[in-house]
Amino acid sequence: MAKIKIALAGNPNSGKTTLFNDLTGSNQYVGNWPGVTVEKKDGLLRSNKDVVIQDLPGIYSLSPYSLEEKVSRKFLVEENPDAIINIVDGTNIERNLYLSTQLAELGLPMVVAVNMMDVVKKNGDKIDFERIGKALRCEVVGISALKSEGGVEAAQKAVELAKAAAEAKKAGEVPHVFSGSVEHAIAHIEETIQGKVPARSIRWFAIKIFERDREVIKDLGIGVGEMKHLEEHIRDCEKELDDDSESIITNQRYEFIKSLTDKALAKSEARKNKASLSDRIDRIVTNRLLALPIFLVSLCVMWWLAVAENGPGTVLTNWANDGFLSAEGWHLPFTAHEVDGKDYDAAKADFAKAEATVKAWEAGEKKASIENEETGEIDEEWDVDEAAYKAASEVKEPEPSDYGVWVPGIGALISDGLDKAGVGETVKSLVVDGAWGGVSTVLGFVPVIFVVFLFLAFLEDCGYMARVAFIMDRLFRKFGLSGKSFIPMIVGKGCGVPAVMAARTIENERDRRMTIILATFMPCGAKTVIIAMFASIFFAGAWWVAALMDVAGVAIIVLGGIALKKSRAFAGDAAPFVMELPAYHMPTITGIWRHTWSRLKAYILKAGLVIFPACVFLWFIMNFDFSFSLVGEDGIDKSMLATVGGWFKWLLAPLGFGTWQGVAASVSAEIAKEQATATLSLMASGMDGASTAAHIGNLFKSFVPASVPAASQGAVAKLIAMSFMIFNLFIPPCMVAIGVTFREMGSKKWGWLAIAFQLTVGYSFALCVYQIGLAVVTGTFGLWTAVAIVVAAACLWAVVRPARKEV
Amino acid sequence: MRHLNELKPGESGKIAKLEGAGALKRRIMDMGLTKGTEIRVTKVAPLGDPIELTVRGYELSIRKDEAATIEIAD
Repeated sequence: MAKIKIALAGNPNSGKTTLFNDLTGSNQYVGNWPGVTVEKKDGLLRSNKDVVIQDLPGIYSLSPYSLEEKVSRKFLVEENPDAIINIVDGTNIERNLYLSTQLAELGLPMVVAVNMMDVVKKNGDKIDFERIGKALRCEVVGISALKSEGGVEAAQKAVELAKAAAEAKKAGEVPHVFSGSVEHAIAHIEETIQGKVPARSIRWFAIKIFERDREVIKDLGIGVGEMKHLEEHIRDCEKELDDDSESIITNQRYEFIKSLTDKALAKSEARKNKASLSDRIDRIVTNRLLALPIFLVSLCVMWWLAVAENGPGTVLTNWANDGFLSAEGWHLPFTAHEVDGKDYDAAKADFAKAEATVKAWEAGEKKASIENEETGEIDEEWDVDEAAYKAASEVKEPEPSDYGVWVPGIGALISDGLDKAGVGETVKSLVVDGAWGGVSTVLGFVPVIFVVFLFLAFLEDCGYMARVAFIMDRLFRKFGLSGKSFIPMIVGKGCGVPAVMAARTIENERDRRMTIILATFMPCGAKTVIIAMFASIFFAGAWWVAALMDVAGVAIIVLGGIALKKSRAFAGDAAPFVMELPAYHMPTITGIWRHTWSRLKAYILKAGLVIFPACVFLWFIMNFDFSFSLVGEDGIDKSMLATVGGWFKWLLAPLGFGTWQGVAASVSAEIAKEQATATLSLMASGMDGASTAAHIGNLFKSFVPASVPAASQGAVAKLIAMSFMIFNLFIPPCMVAIGVTFREMGSKKWGWLAIAFQLTVGYSFALCVYQIGLAVVTGTFGLWTAVAIVVAAACLWAVVRPARKEV
Repeated sequence: MRHLNELKPGESGKIAKLEGAGALKRRIMDMGLTKGTEIRVTKVAPLGDPIELTVRGYELSIRKDEAATIEIAD
């Protein structure tokens, strides 16, 4: 038996999502409408599993202009829902009823659910449901989705109406909203399209044709001759009422609604001139002087949550990566304690120093050192003598369980499990390093995403986000976007994955796509690891390196935005920025949780399916050579990755690091950007006692072409390092972010376009920096210098050329 | 003859005519800004643009160049 399909339609901010969650519980499916970046949600009615509730995007009207409206129209007209639940904000009833009149004209059984009745009652206002129902020719009930009152009953009513209509087999009633002459024209049009459209919706179609709705005219195949005949009627009305047909319809709708609400809505006298709570909050939040500082504070809060050293995001990520998921483990909170005045970390550090002492002495060295894992720099260095050696040999490795309740990491558990099962080293490495390595890469991001999204969900649900877009709009207009694009860019400073996902709030599809493409140019947390390492190895730890990369990121976003706007793909009039500023309200915990969880789940599942095989593949090509024998970490230069890297190194040669190591490090960076530093460390390790940092420095020195005079070799090595850094920062982001890009774009074509653009930007930028820098440092002008200049000129042209005229 | 972008915060007026076209005009009308509607300018954004209006009982944000297409009755 086919399920009953009920469409849920209403304005944005009318409480539709709350109602949807109330009706469907966790029986929801979230995806995208095919080929577009609009989210599609449906679910089974909790109280009656034979009923499917199709959540339509929040819309203000059924016009043919915006993507959300088009998707909704298509569904309502082509998919034959059995009934509509139209949710209406009771505190904002005039504008909400505008959509209701249009929905009613479709002739489908409809229940108008007037929401936020709890607020209406508190304000002392009164709404006459019967009157509205009579005018719209449908059922009108009051609900409070927030308090779970009345929603289920409204759905039941819709189901009853659907069943009744199916039985009656005749068209329901539709409201008559317009004046005499317009009704006359509509009647003529109805005659003409008789039989071409479903009988119950004939009025809606006729009105659309009266408005000269191009989509409808095209879909119905109305010929030029027929249209000319109808045009006469339309033009008569336009002449009589001195306005174009679209405006006539819109005006008359609102006039109809005004006269209806004048009678059906009684606003409490006391409230009439008092500023609402929202207004009072806004007096501070969008205040000329306070708005920006307040916004900066909320940004700092988000920063702290996501990336601050001791903020929840970092703490949880470190726990996940170094403890929970790792091949080691972690102490249960509140059980960690000290032994002999030292905690576990201090004891481990002491043991590491002791090991280093022992190793150095036995190798005949006079000095021992400990290096920083991230930057490869030497943290501490000390002299060793026999006495120190003897003392160091006595130091025992600390046992973690002595320091508290120790929980082995999942990596350790898997490793132990495999050992017990007698599995060979190779397979064990495949499972632990390759497969589990892949999965834990994905899961390692979860805390950051969770924290950022929780905070964003709160800001969105309470209504603050609209204010951010309002405040920032002027800046973003300058390069073709709107204020709404700001949030994803800021989130991108922490992690590109939630940044791309945050672009969903942008209604305009073109702006959304452009924002997705640009958001990852902001150096994220992982990219910052690369910056930190290179800054310390090549630029004496200068602070300006990181700042420079941030400035470059912003510059690329701005200039890239301007250039994209001028391309055919994104050209066109700026989308209208006519935006509602909804009243503030306190979000519910379930609401925020659902909001956050749906994104988190989508990330884990979809991105995981991309990352997981990629990691296994990478592990394989890093550890095996072409005769399929294991070469392992020490033999990485014989691995498949190295060999294949050797074949493709010419691609990177113009950038200065055309070596298999350059290829390997960049490829590994696509798994996760910080992987580049790990891979470089791997390739640069050597037998002598120098630090990893020194090795990497030497590695890059070895990339310098022999033709460069000895005096300039140091400078050129730095140039190559800068080029490498820029390349990896500004080409497409890590696999996970690419995965969500494809998902959010909703189409493979756009995903690939994004990749192509980002690749072009990263490559060109690195090329210009290296080649022009090389020419300056060595004073030689070569073929590639000329190429770089041409590329730079082309990029400049893309930004400054005149905008395309609107066709 | 004044246009909406010329109104200062606190000022109100009645819409006389909509001069825009296409998607912008439709969007403006869909949001309730129609001939004869009363509107009041609540404030201007901190960076000077857009402006915030009160119309039909709710708050709406609109860019100054979009507001310039709306004529206000004297």
